[in-house]
Amino acid sequence: MITSKTIQTPKGAVEYLEGGSGPDLVFLHGAGGITADSPFLAALAAKYHLYAPFLPGYGESEDNPDIRDMLDVTLHTYDVLAALGLHKPILVGHSLGGMIAAEMAAVAPNDIDRLCLIAAAGLWIDSHPVPDLFSLLPRELPAVLFHDPVAGAATMTRNVNMQDPAFLIPFLVRNARQLGMAGKLLFPIPERGLKDRIHRIKARTVLVWGDSDRMVPAPYAQAFKAAINGAELVSVPEAGHMVIVEQTAAVMAAIGRLG
Amino acid sequence: MKFTWFNLMPWPDLPDDFREKHRSVWVDIDSNLYDPVRGHEVYNDYLDLLEYADTLGFDGVGINEHHQNGYGLMPSPNLMAAALTRRTSKAAIVVLGNSIALYNPPVRVAEEFAMLDVMSGGRLVAGFPVGTSMDTNFCYGQIPALTREKYAEAHDMIIRAWTEDKPFAFNGRYNKLRHVNIWPKTLQKPFPPIHIPGGGSVETYDFCIDNTYSYSYLSFSGYIRAKALLQGYWDQVAKRNAPDASPYRAGFAQTVFVAETDAEAERLYSGHAHYFYNRCLHVYAGFADAPGYRTVKTIQTGALNQYGRAEYPSLTWKDLVDGGYIIAGSPETVRQRFEELIKGLNVGNIFLLLHVGNMPKDLCMYSTKLFAEKVLPHLRDMWPDYKDDNRFWCSPLAQRAVPAPLGADFAPTPSQMVPAK
Repeated sequence: MITSKTIQTPKGAVEYLEGGSGPDLVFLHGAGGITADSPFLAALAAKYHLYAPFLPGYGESEDNPDIRDMLDVTLHTYDVLAALGLHKPILVGHSLGGMIAAEMAAVAPNDIDRLCLIAAAGLWIDSHPVPDLFSLLPRELPAVLFHDPVAGAATMTRNVNMQDPAFLIPFLVRNARQLGMAGKLLFPIPERGLKDRIHRIKARTVLVWGDSDRMVPAPYAQAFKAAINGAELVSVPEAGHMVIVEQTAAVMAAIGRLG
Repeated sequence: MKFTWFNLMPWPDLPDDFREKHRSVWVDIDSNLYDPVRGHEVYNDYLDLLEYADTLGFDGVGINEHHQNGYGLMPSPNLMAAALTRRTSKAAIVVLGNSIALYNPPVRVAEEFAMLDVMSGGRLVAGFPVGTSMDTNFCYGQIPALTREKYAEAHDMIIRAWTEDKPFAFNGRYNKLRHVNIWPKTLQKPFPPIHIPGGGSVETYDFCIDNTYSYSYLSFSGYIRAKALLQGYWDQVAKRNAPDASPYRAGFAQTVFVAETDAEAERLYSGHAHYFYNRCLHVYAGFADAPGYRTVKTIQTGALNQYGRAEYPSLTWKDLVDGGYIIAGSPETVRQRFEELIKGLNVGNIFLLLHVGNMPKDLCMYSTKLFAEKVLPHLRDMWPDYKDDNRFWCSPLAQRAVPAPLGADFAPTPSQMVPAK
């Protein structure tokens, strides 16, 4: 059973999803956000005591204009962990969440000892540019995000009519809040200096990548592996950037390797 | 009324199959379509046209800033304005404007506008757009959700640079300068009039009202569709208890074609109108509005972006005319439609898009001359109650320097020269 709760932090109210029991695990969502009915969260809550906080502007977390850059978000996320009373939880991040998790582990390497980065953003390779998420139209997203774009599109749209104004305006507002926040870390190039700090990570690290990730493609998995001492890479077949949706069991198994 | 002859400076040779073969006229437009030899001719034609407008008595000549854009060849409007200071003599030079969040540091804008103001003898009308998402975010890499904060800081810095009479330190979030002390200062005091191009955000309405800046709606969809947006502005002017509702608090851009008859206008201009609406405005929808660029408050008003609209390609000449996207026809037709526009929108500043798309120079001069001689005189005094409102227009020096004739031997002989002390 996953429930929505709210805690206060110095940068405003934060909504988080909590459920399950077992070792404490914090999941940081990607730029698309996450919902309480996510099967991936359910799988995490079946094995761990799951906490999934929403970034400012996502879910019911307050927008905060004072959060502008990577350091602000890194410290804010530590404040969230402190407010939740967590000490050295397993830290798991997907995509943008992976970028934040890696940054946290690099900035305060003694505070994070188990880290899982799933299709993480945060590095940049000139010969393999990450697609410009912010100029992609909704109809173009499934091909970039999923190994199986048809099935992926069905997951994303849930059969709503994108042209209906009753749907469109709230959609655009949500998009502005969420991707407006994400853009502070990802626009126009999703790289904020992690490469200069990543060597500081001490955590036992598992990297999880879908073999057909077209958003943050496979060379980035190799780059993270090369940069983090002792990192283990789990490549997942028949999965794209949304590997957590397309191959949930394989991701769970990979996280399990952290003990 | 203040009529500004405005040129977007479009590239005139986008191919017939541009829409089919290319996804966008802006941001990632195919650079192979640009030919600098042709470009040399085009820039000079466009400057000729702006200079021609000055000779016909238009109140202003207008230019703006775009980047990586096939319909707007002015990454630096200030270069064009500098050229215009020398070969125009009466018209205001309306730079609408500099995207102030893009200049690093923004004192550069304070300096260059001051240069233009001094060079032109106080003929500068300055503009401070936030800039479109295409320019500001996708071409110039500004983070969408931080663009407005950066803009606001740039604005504050520029105004202080223009108005403070001693060097000052500026500790901003985006700009830290220990010694701000621009040379030259503006000729107009405290600074040139400022126009703010906007697209319907309430924050921009308030910004204009609070600072006594003119709000400009630079739409391409014409005066009929603009009614609701400008009404929103005037409602806000009333709501915030502005001291007046002077029509010079607002400006509007309108595409216009004049010929001897309505039928002649269609014959002469419809190809150029279609070139503009079908090719020049062919912007990839993904570039129209980076998430976070517009505020949540603005999105909630339902104001949709004018770029990447699906309706443009299907519009016939009749649709364009009837829908008010363009005003076209005989001088009498054009005069009547402009009266509707001016009264309907309550605007005192008109930015005339008399050059459109791939119009050749001679045809544009023909249309421009008809407008100047047969339309403009009838529209001059639409707002007699506000004829003395000079808050939103330039105040040039009465006696201004005149460029010396080229090749003239204007230097005194050595015996007449006074040595420096």
